[in-house]
Amino acid sequence: MKFTHWLAAVLILLTTACGGADGGEAGTPTIVSIENKGSDTIVNLALAWAEFYQEIHPEVRISVTGGGSGTGIAALINGTVGIANASRQIKDEERQQALENGIDPVEFIIARDAIAVIVHPDNPVDRLTLQQVADIYSGKILNWQEVGGEDRPIVCLSRETNSGTHVYFLETVLRLGDKENTTLFSTETLLLPSSEGIINEVRQNPNAIGYDGLGYVPDDLKILALAVDESSDYVLPMISTVNDKTYPVARDLYMYTAGQPTGAVAAYLEWILSPEAQTIVAELGFVPILTEEP
Amino acid sequence: MEPKRLNWQEFFIPRLVKASGYSAILFVALIFFFLLREGLPALGEVELDVLFSQRWYPIEAHYGILPLITGSLLVTVGAMLVALPFGIATAVFMSEIAPRWLLEILKPLVELLGGLPSVVLGFLGILLLSPFLRTSLDLPTGLTALAGALLLGGIAVPTIVSIAEDALDAVPYSYREGAWAMGATRWQTIWRVTLPAARSGVLTAVMLGIGRTIGETMAVMMVTGNAPVLALKLESIFHPVRTMTATIAAEMGEVASGSVHYHVLFFIGLVLFLISLAVNIAASSVVFRSKKRAERVLS
Repeated sequence: MKFTHWLAAVLILLTTACGGADGGEAGTPTIVSIENKGSDTIVNLALAWAEFYQEIHPEVRISVTGGGSGTGIAALINGTVGIANASRQIKDEERQQALENGIDPVEFIIARDAIAVIVHPDNPVDRLTLQQVADIYSGKILNWQEVGGEDRPIVCLSRETNSGTHVYFLETVLRLGDKENTTLFSTETLLLPSSEGIINEVRQNPNAIGYDGLGYVPDDLKILALAVDESSDYVLPMISTVNDKTYPVARDLYMYTAGQPTGAVAAYLEWILSPEAQTIVAELGFVPILTEEP
Repeated sequence: MEPKRLNWQEFFIPRLVKASGYSAILFVALIFFFLLREGLPALGEVELDVLFSQRWYPIEAHYGILPLITGSLLVTVGAMLVALPFGIATAVFMSEIAPRWLLEILKPLVELLGGLPSVVLGFLGILLLSPFLRTSLDLPTGLTALAGALLLGGIAVPTIVSIAEDALDAVPYSYREGAWAMGATRWQTIWRVTLPAARSGVLTAVMLGIGRTIGETMAVMMVTGNAPVLALKLESIFHPVRTMTATIAAEMGEVASGSVHYHVLFFIGLVLFLISLAVNIAASSVVFRSKKRAERVLS
């Protein structure tokens, strides 16, 4: 880990040195760089924001990397990034570790996201209850026949454990939001390192079931309608159903900063919450946070 | 002036060469020390029966590393079953049978294959190999230990071929002529004379092949499905597995340094290190024994 610190230090020195030189020659203000890292769910959105923002504020350089919510928060704790993206809230032990390192994480809700449960387009199943999804992923239901499909084995696909989506899905779907519940993913669940891995496997394998952020699901896959229980309505994920809270598997997306942000980081976060930035949210298939206010 | 400069060179160059030689020992020792320092605390923080249990789910403190060890071993053994016969046969063909013009095409191609980044092969594995395995063998999913073994076998083949071929080339031509003079057929010469004479080189090739296989990460992470299932039966090869390397790669970025999970990941690194050490020791002991026997035969 020390080596990474060194590397980061060298990189920072290099970038500031280059920035200073640029500023001196051109007579423009010094270039500010913001390191932005974390959730793979948010990475495309963060990239789109960064590109747009750098066009209107050429003096700001924003570098965006993914890696998972845990990775971003770990980087924030180790002090290597300015903004950490997370698709889950920071855990108590993570906050504790940050405080021990002298960093006080500050939370911003930047968008909302629905988790879509996806299957192969040829799969006749088009709706499930949360309990059924939970039983599938915990290994109690092993064949599509048991939920009204064909006689095929079910192959469960999940993101790796460092994914905020994984943790959210575990808490909200497998454990149905019950903190006492200790259900785990069955050991047969495939843990794929990327969203693309899941989408690719679901696209070609009619046995597969997967989940992913709505913004990442391409049109050629089938999204299942979900219901809280058998008596309630089956709802497809979309902006309206997320905002009126009828779709049961939707969550807030976060950015964390080390302490109250100042300067360029503060300005960037303020812009992110503006209507201009939130239209980009909708374009990428996420749910903007400002739509409730006219 | 002239002799003085020579002295200066005489003084530094041998020491420089010596230092680079010894640095290999130093680096291995440092790596081992670092692994021990970061990995051993895991033994104190996690109870042994948890560490050697069958459930790997680190975010809920299930630290059973047995599925990861069996996963790595299964994929490695499978890959070697593919790569050994194929790699050695290719090396024999290139060094003993192929005409010169074919060799000039084959050799650069094999080297090119060896230089392909494994992530590219991983993509091929995801897009072509795993759907093919699923449909042709009627498996629930193609992301299995078998896909990993085939892909890794493919990755290890160029390593094995180029080193084994060099070893076969180094066998003096007179050995072959001697065998032919005694009436041996081409096959008998290869199998009874050339290959045994090149034994230590071929064994090095095999060892490096195993090393490449057990240490490979990216391609394995992409095609084996990474489900931490205990792989003890033969049919496990048709099921997803999770290897030690893929686990370290997928989870290292997430952990806060100094946490239990962090120490356990380093402990897995330590296990990997010990496994490759064991492979090396086993192989070199075989090489030394074979030398003694060859000496006996010659004397």
